[in-house]
Amino acid sequence: MKARLFSYNFVNTYIHRLSGLTKLACFLFLTFAVMFSYDLRVIMVILVISTCLMVISRIRFSQIRTMVWYVAGFLLINAILTYFFAPEYGVSIYKTRHELVDLFGKYSLTSEQLFYQLTQVMKYASVIPLGMIFILTTNPSEFASSLSGVGVNYKISFAVSLTLRYFPDIQRAYTDISQAQQARGMEMSAKANPWKRFKSALLIIIPLIFSTLERIDLITNAMDLRGFGKRNKRTWYIRKTMNHEDWTALLFCAFLFFGTLAVSTYINHSRFYNPFI
Amino acid sequence: MKDLFKVTTRTIVAAGLGAAIFMLLFMYVKVPSWVPETQFQTAYGLSAFFGVLFGPIAAFLIAFIGHALSDFLQYGSPWWSWVIASGVASFVFGLAFKRTKVEEGSFGFKDILTFNLFQVLGNLVAWLVVAPVLDIVIYAEPANKVFTQGAVACGMNIISAGVIGTLLLVAYAATRTKKGSLSKGS
Repeated sequence: MKARLFSYNFVNTYIHRLSGLTKLACFLFLTFAVMFSYDLRVIMVILVISTCLMVISRIRFSQIRTMVWYVAGFLLINAILTYFFAPEYGVSIYKTRHELVDLFGKYSLTSEQLFYQLTQVMKYASVIPLGMIFILTTNPSEFASSLSGVGVNYKISFAVSLTLRYFPDIQRAYTDISQAQQARGMEMSAKANPWKRFKSALLIIIPLIFSTLERIDLITNAMDLRGFGKRNKRTWYIRKTMNHEDWTALLFCAFLFFGTLAVSTYINHSRFYNPFI
Repeated sequence: MKDLFKVTTRTIVAAGLGAAIFMLLFMYVKVPSWVPETQFQTAYGLSAFFGVLFGPIAAFLIAFIGHALSDFLQYGSPWWSWVIASGVASFVFGLAFKRTKVEEGSFGFKDILTFNLFQVLGNLVAWLVVAPVLDIVIYAEPANKVFTQGAVACGMNIISAGVIGTLLLVAYAATRTKKGSLSKGS
């Protein structure tokens, strides 16, 4: 339970200075570009750019170590699963078949499959630095105003900001209750078996849920009394004005996004880049 | 029926705080299964519970925001197809809103049946249709892989929403004052 929500602290770099709105829009542009494209060249370009951005924003490895392990594990398992379920998927996409090694049964290694899976791994890997940059360099309080800036209804943005505000509280409450129980002799460390740990976790969650219900009523009344939701628009306490740095970043990311679409439409004529024909 | 989709301040607050608990459960209170990448997630029991109390819009937001933010924290970037599927599943759970007597302090056999009907329906739609289809459309994943993952997730989420959701609702009903519980003293 050590993970803090956003380990945000301000460092005076280009990325940190950008407004939250710019960062959110850029994040969406770049991730949607990678999500759409199955062209290894485009993906590598974005991977290199996002790695550079990470260096520029001076993110230390210690800040992202856990995430990197999670993601590496995920990518590895996903690659194995993909091969296990569809060893000939690359062949059906690229319409050619170059067999490298014949393994057992229906499993053989083709260059098409290797290329497809390499693209897949790179595709998923390249969005990760973007997300990490976004999380680690954006002030959480600015997040809600950024969301409403990209066109999300302000009530929904407000729900998100309530989540961000309430999550550390509930995390702390969970840790407190769990430590109090452990002081009374309830084993919740790695020594207890997983099923027991799971059951004790559930027992902690139930009072948390019911106390949250009371808190919902309390906050609802407070917000209603202050006239929340009476108008169609609202202003935000934390919102940076856009300057030329923001516009440069936005233009650059929009260019990459539309560039990716153009490469797929005019050069590859599909989402896939086919080096085999 | 219009009330079902009405967005009040209460809906928004319930969505915000509910999503925070959803995140906590999603990240810490889960059991890994024998199929990689799928886990027994207690969070869907919570979204089903909040769905019955606060309606489909709140439930959708709880699962969507909660799932997206916890993906952000764990993986750096949300896996959109499953985030959307989470939202859809919880939206359908929420359609049971105002169809049970839980606010009047009784959650009997008939209510349990209604709740579970919506819960199973929501899970089927989300994990057998929405999640795999979006996986194929957005991420071009192989079909048999994503449908297998979807089926496993579907089974486990039905159990999670069914068992944990029902238990929470029964416990909640016990805290409400029963309708007509006041009688003239003799």
